[in-house]
Amino acid sequence: MTDLTKLTIAEARDGLKNKDYTSLELTDAFIGNIEAANASLNAYVTVTADKARDMAKASDAKLAKGDGGALEGIPLGIKDLFATRDVHTQACSHILDGFKPQYESTVTSNLWADGAVMLGKLNMDEFAMGSSNETSYYGPVINPWRKKGSNQDLVPGGSSGGSATAVAARMCMGATATDTGGSIRQPAAFTGTVGIKPTYGRCSRWGVVAFASSLDQAGPIAHTVRDSAILLKSMASVDPKDTTSVDIEVPDYEAAIGKSVKGLKIGIPAEYRMDGMPGEIEELWQKGIQWLKDAGAEIVDLSMPHTKYALPAYYIVAPAEASSNLARYDGVRYGLRVPGKDIAEMYENTRAAGFGEEVKRRILIGTYVLSAGYYDAYYLKAQKVRTLIKRDFDLAWQNGVDAILTPATPSAAFRVADQELHSDPVKMYLNDIFTVTVNMAGLPGISVPAGLDKTGLPLGLQLIGKPFDESTLFQIGQVIEDAAGSFEPEKWWG
Amino acid sequence: MSVDTQTVKRVAHLARIKVSDDDATRMTGELNAILGFVEQLDEVDIDGVEPLTSVVEQTMKKRADGVTDGNKADDIVRNAPASEDNFFMVPKVVE
Repeated sequence: MTDLTKLTIAEARDGLKNKDYTSLELTDAFIGNIEAANASLNAYVTVTADKARDMAKASDAKLAKGDGGALEGIPLGIKDLFATRDVHTQACSHILDGFKPQYESTVTSNLWADGAVMLGKLNMDEFAMGSSNETSYYGPVINPWRKKGSNQDLVPGGSSGGSATAVAARMCMGATATDTGGSIRQPAAFTGTVGIKPTYGRCSRWGVVAFASSLDQAGPIAHTVRDSAILLKSMASVDPKDTTSVDIEVPDYEAAIGKSVKGLKIGIPAEYRMDGMPGEIEELWQKGIQWLKDAGAEIVDLSMPHTKYALPAYYIVAPAEASSNLARYDGVRYGLRVPGKDIAEMYENTRAAGFGEEVKRRILIGTYVLSAGYYDAYYLKAQKVRTLIKRDFDLAWQNGVDAILTPATPSAAFRVADQELHSDPVKMYLNDIFTVTVNMAGLPGISVPAGLDKTGLPLGLQLIGKPFDESTLFQIGQVIEDAAGSFEPEKWWG
Repeated sequence: MSVDTQTVKRVAHLARIKVSDDDATRMTGELNAILGFVEQLDEVDIDGVEPLTSVVEQTMKKRADGVTDGNKADDIVRNAPASEDNFFMVPKVVE
């Protein structure tokens, strides 16, 4: 029998409908892979095997009658940031110790309504703050990819490192993820998977643990562009419970796949060519440009002069919003409590013990930039710079550009516990240099695997689209996928 | 702009995070690295630029001011570290 875990979601959807196999068989195959691999890769923080089998059996009953939703019987992994009723939901933080919500996030509710099966909760950087999945209270996730001839552990990127590793290592068919500055696209690029951050307002944030509310968006990580389109269609919705959810009907993204890109205008922004960027990233970018040219797209040069200010502005806006969002963790209503001599000391002790170093750093930065006398100099200025960043994109769209092509990351995956990156927080932040502009402007961005570097590690290209024009990203993304092929790590783990 | 260790302690207190003297000293360096990094924004001409308040042009959705949810006190206190009769229990606040 074929290895069911090697199927794409699109293939499994057809196979389940044809009754070539059952959802229970499919689900069991993934549970088997998780049990074998998780000790090495640490992608899951909790596995809900019993629940998964129950959901799979319910799907099989529907499929037997010829019924079922768009994702009927498809086993997925869920990032620990999404509230899942009665199941571990801790944003991989110690401060949410033991938290089991009595409600379900809108995104996961949508997935279950469409018939998906939950395998468990995925590891991530604590409160989604990190670019290497090393800030998790549950320890780092390991990338299934290694350099040729090396057995050194590499990071899967972050913050959705568990999601990316679980997909790449065939521990789920697809995964939910979230992206505040690059947390879907960078891990997708590091693991040879596809990840899309949709337009701000496309997926409901209700029931997603908040990090920076004006930047956070949910999206999928999957093996193929088509699978990511299938997942996003189910995840996205118009939700009255999120006032920033936008009243635009969710289109059939899959319908865009296979459409010609002939005549589409693709912008190439000069400012994404950074000093010190490895030659291989530049080569990959040129390869992508050539593929799109060959497919009939028109390539135009762009200037986006405020690009370099996106990351510094982000490191004001995101920590400011985080310091406010994370004020709720006080040891009173949920999670960890560390006693003190009075309530104030209880708060301080709880938050000192419950938050990790990176989270504390960002709360302090955020508290400082919002504190009396500094608001104008930092937060207000950053929000003005954000207007200019968005204006750079608006000008491109006004000039008829349909999408923008850039590298996804300035490097391939790096090693776990890299001293240089850990001694200087800013160095780690530079991972998001190509992705963060997209969050600041609220736009959709997709990372598609485009090749391997000299050492055999995957690299991704990013496509940035107009607001609510995810369809065009899937359309162009498929052209890149067709030209680049797909990438599978060599199995070394259990 | 940069911060000194005294400021870090004050900000940590505002954020209700207990820090030791050693923590505060270490964090001072880290915070200054980040504040140094964001200083590049001073190069940008922001004269007459409005701050971005929403990435999507949309009028804030409103609903009628009515009760739409409730009667789930058990659910709400279920995750509390300490609760009694559907109240959150905290150390004594008033003497």
